[in-house]
Amino acid sequence: MNPFIKIIYINWPLQILILATALFGFLMLYSVSGGSWDPWTKPQINRFFISFILIFVMSAISISFWQKISPFCYILGLALLIAVYFYGDTGMGAKRWLDLRIIKLQPSEAFKISMVMALAYYYHKLPVNKVSHPFYVIVPLLLIIIPALIVFRQPDLGTALVIIMIGIFVMFIAGVHFGYFLFGGLSFCTLLFILFQSRGTDWQLLKDYHFRRIDTFLDPSVDPLGAGYHITQSKIALGSGGLFGRGYMQGSQSQLNFLPEKHTDFIFTTLAEEFGFFGTIGLLIIYSLIVAFCIFSALATTDKFSRLLITGLCMTFFTYFSINIAMVMGLLPVVGIPLPLVSYGGSSMIVIMLSFGLIQSAHVHKNVGF
Amino acid sequence: MSKFKDTTLKSKIFRRVHRRIVLAGLLKASTVALLGWNIRKLQIEDSEDYKLLADANRVNLRLIPPSRGLIFDRLGTPIALNEQNYKIVFIREQAADPRKVLKKLASIIELDQKRQEKILQDMKKRSSFIPITVAENLTWKDFAHISVNLPSLPGIIPEVGLTRHYQEYESYAHIVGYVGPISDKDLKSEKPVDPVLQIPKFQIGKVGVEKKLETHLRGRAGVSKVEVNASGRVMRELSRTQGKSGENIHLTIATNLQKFASERLKGMSASSVLIDIKSGDILSLVSTPSYNPNNFVLGISQSDWNALLNDERKPLLNKATSGAYPPGSTFKMVVAAAALELGLIGLNDKIFCAGFYELGSRNFHCWLKGGHGKLTLQEAIQKSCDVYFYELARKVGVKRIGDMARRLGLGQAYNLPLTGLSKGFVPTKKWKKERFGTSWLVGDTLNVGIGQGFSLATPLQLAVMTARLASGKEVTPNIIKNSNKNPDNPKALSIKENTLVAIRKGMFDVLNEKDGTAFNFRTTNHNFLIAGKTGTSQVRRITREEREEGVIKNEDLPWKMRDHALFTCFAPFKNPKYALSVVVEHGGSGSKVAAPIARDIMLFQLYGGIPPVTAYPEKQQVEARKRLMDIEKKINSRTNINPNI
Repeated sequence: MNPFIKIIYINWPLQILILATALFGFLMLYSVSGGSWDPWTKPQINRFFISFILIFVMSAISISFWQKISPFCYILGLALLIAVYFYGDTGMGAKRWLDLRIIKLQPSEAFKISMVMALAYYYHKLPVNKVSHPFYVIVPLLLIIIPALIVFRQPDLGTALVIIMIGIFVMFIAGVHFGYFLFGGLSFCTLLFILFQSRGTDWQLLKDYHFRRIDTFLDPSVDPLGAGYHITQSKIALGSGGLFGRGYMQGSQSQLNFLPEKHTDFIFTTLAEEFGFFGTIGLLIIYSLIVAFCIFSALATTDKFSRLLITGLCMTFFTYFSINIAMVMGLLPVVGIPLPLVSYGGSSMIVIMLSFGLIQSAHVHKNVGF
Repeated sequence: MSKFKDTTLKSKIFRRVHRRIVLAGLLKASTVALLGWNIRKLQIEDSEDYKLLADANRVNLRLIPPSRGLIFDRLGTPIALNEQNYKIVFIREQAADPRKVLKKLASIIELDQKRQEKILQDMKKRSSFIPITVAENLTWKDFAHISVNLPSLPGIIPEVGLTRHYQEYESYAHIVGYVGPISDKDLKSEKPVDPVLQIPKFQIGKVGVEKKLETHLRGRAGVSKVEVNASGRVMRELSRTQGKSGENIHLTIATNLQKFASERLKGMSASSVLIDIKSGDILSLVSTPSYNPNNFVLGISQSDWNALLNDERKPLLNKATSGAYPPGSTFKMVVAAAALELGLIGLNDKIFCAGFYELGSRNFHCWLKGGHGKLTLQEAIQKSCDVYFYELARKVGVKRIGDMARRLGLGQAYNLPLTGLSKGFVPTKKWKKERFGTSWLVGDTLNVGIGQGFSLATPLQLAVMTARLASGKEVTPNIIKNSNKNPDNPKALSIKENTLVAIRKGMFDVLNEKDGTAFNFRTTNHNFLIAGKTGTSQVRRITREEREEGVIKNEDLPWKMRDHALFTCFAPFKNPKYALSVVVEHGGSGSKVAAPIARDIMLFQLYGGIPPVTAYPEKQQVEARKRLMDIEKKINSRTNINPNI
């Protein structure tokens, strides 16, 4: 099929919803920079449209190609993770960034895609009768745990947990026996218990700042000007928005810099403050629709790779926005996870657009089969 | 494995995948619902609370300090002013490299390496948007120079603030006092706390009129409601309430007289008070040595402070109102008045002075070794005979002497807005019993009779006493213009006119009769004749042995041991207008040291300027001319010296 004709078959509603979300983002970035295209809005627009075109290009490429390169993507992703561990730029006490001259890459973000691809590939190739075989459960588990440990050592606990969550999710969708998840869940709870028991002893398993974050998460009022400051201020911004918001560019919390990271991780608070309940619910609905269209798309595909790929990537997208929103509302501890397509940032934008490129490719080639 | 089985398994797994995708979708949907529910709670249910919190975050009240009331002299010459203080502040966040900016600044104004380091250190301690004062009290030239160079000095901001400045500071320091940065102690003693005091380094009155009339001078702060950002920087002003500047204060002091008197007393540890008898206005109140109150405004250095504190001549003390001295012979008028009022002695009754007064086995000596012979009261005042007043004091008794002393204004503090007002002291029998546990002796009364012993008076009290004797009215001193509600009509003292006339005549003779103790220091202008009384108060006790061997001359004693020289007078004799007292600490004899000073000051006031030499006896004219010209020259050279401009 002619690649240009293929474009007609992409999931147009999904594509439009992506565009709508991004427009929301531009609007907010323009506002938090005090009504200016600089320094965030312009680069964000450029990045978005370049990667938006990339989606079309990727969707025209056959899904079998993406399937074939999946193992290599995984190896490359892991290599980058190791590279960042040794050569990465240090920022905020963690090595997360790899300066590739042209682009500053956060390999842990990109790795989420390659892991989903690799797992989908693995289950696509694995005979169905071996899905729940203990050995074939351990292999994908290793594929998940090893990179997660590297990310955890950066240290970036949040992303490490998200990687594990997405990986387990793909395994769940792939049909691994339910007993494993029950067992896993129980052992996770036990681990959590041990973690908290380790606090203050010489075999403490987490860094002090992790524990402190958990403390302030549980009760932000303990330290309203210190670590709890972010949560307190962002809740004030959210709540003061009310039903209709304070008006575009009228949010005192964001315009006066009370909000931390207002252009990146906390941009949802600005939206909430300036557009109120309608704005936040509106964005939530758009996000839900994106997820819904992805699920429909997954159900419409005929091969296991496409199906697992779409649900896995969709889950990645879902974790982004649900964790971010829960975080700014104080339902989850503050972990550095951006609001997808809205927060300023190159790495997450590219990762998300790449995953949509893959989803669209799977959608376009849903009837091809292989 | 059969193909069939495989297919069933495959379809089974396939259905399971399908089912799980749907299950996961439902889980996601419920997560979204949970998020939505939480958003609803925050944005709809609790919205009002959060709106209040957001406002509390955003709005900040800033105080605009009021400009302090000015202090003027009686003619409206400003004494305490608010001067524009050219200063520059530095906001770190506006400069890329503060070190570089400071270096550049040092090429424009004087800013040594040490000061630069100090500024950089101060900056590190504070938030980056807080302005740090780099230099204060800049000259206009430097200030302009910096303003022109601003584009190359990022972060530097020229500012104009108001700082207290004292004109004629040396002669006014003890009256006006000074302001200084508020201390924690000051804040604690203030109740209720004026919000303006919380401005860091806000200047409040510390001493003198500045302190006592603080509430009048301070004014009320304005309030500016500003929007601030998270780091506390002001973004814009929302509203502004104007404050009220402090009230201006007009003193009763006449600056030209004040300056003359301080110049005349310069070099001594002395004080003088000149009162307008009719109104009670204090026209001059001088204490020397003085200090520069301007040094206190921005906080005085420890070494300067120690120097002032350790000076044995006590420059910080207002000797005119805080210094209490034995009044010496100036107290004799009190004893005389009491005796005459009680009819214990007639105007023509005489008492014999043999040079000493016998009391049991003890002799009380007269200052004149051979004695004065027979004296009337008028002559006793004129010659300041001690024996006469021993006798008189014994007749009157300490209680009635004390009553008269209080009536004439001793032993009490006046309601003046000055700090450290001393009440002086009028002793009583009861006090001695309580204080020392011993009974009052006749000898004590004799000592009181000549102003020695326990009684103490301040120069201000002596001037008031003289004013009351000269007018027969209850003259009360005041230092704030128009503060006396009934200036022309003070209460009469209810002392018989005859009594007053006799005392005044005695005081007149002190200067104008040949044997008067201050005859040398009379004036020859018949319209301005001065009546007064000398006083020499002993600081040490003269033992019998010393008296036998010959009393050591004052000049041979260490400064601290020398007698205080006192003189109190009024003029013109026929129509008393002004009362004046002069006390020179450890100056020696009142007649030799204090009287000439008093004459110069009094004549200055009577003439309304430097007196002509013709007012002095012929023999003294050459010396007087030299002295007066010297003072005039010094006053002129000192006028309008402003160390800060």
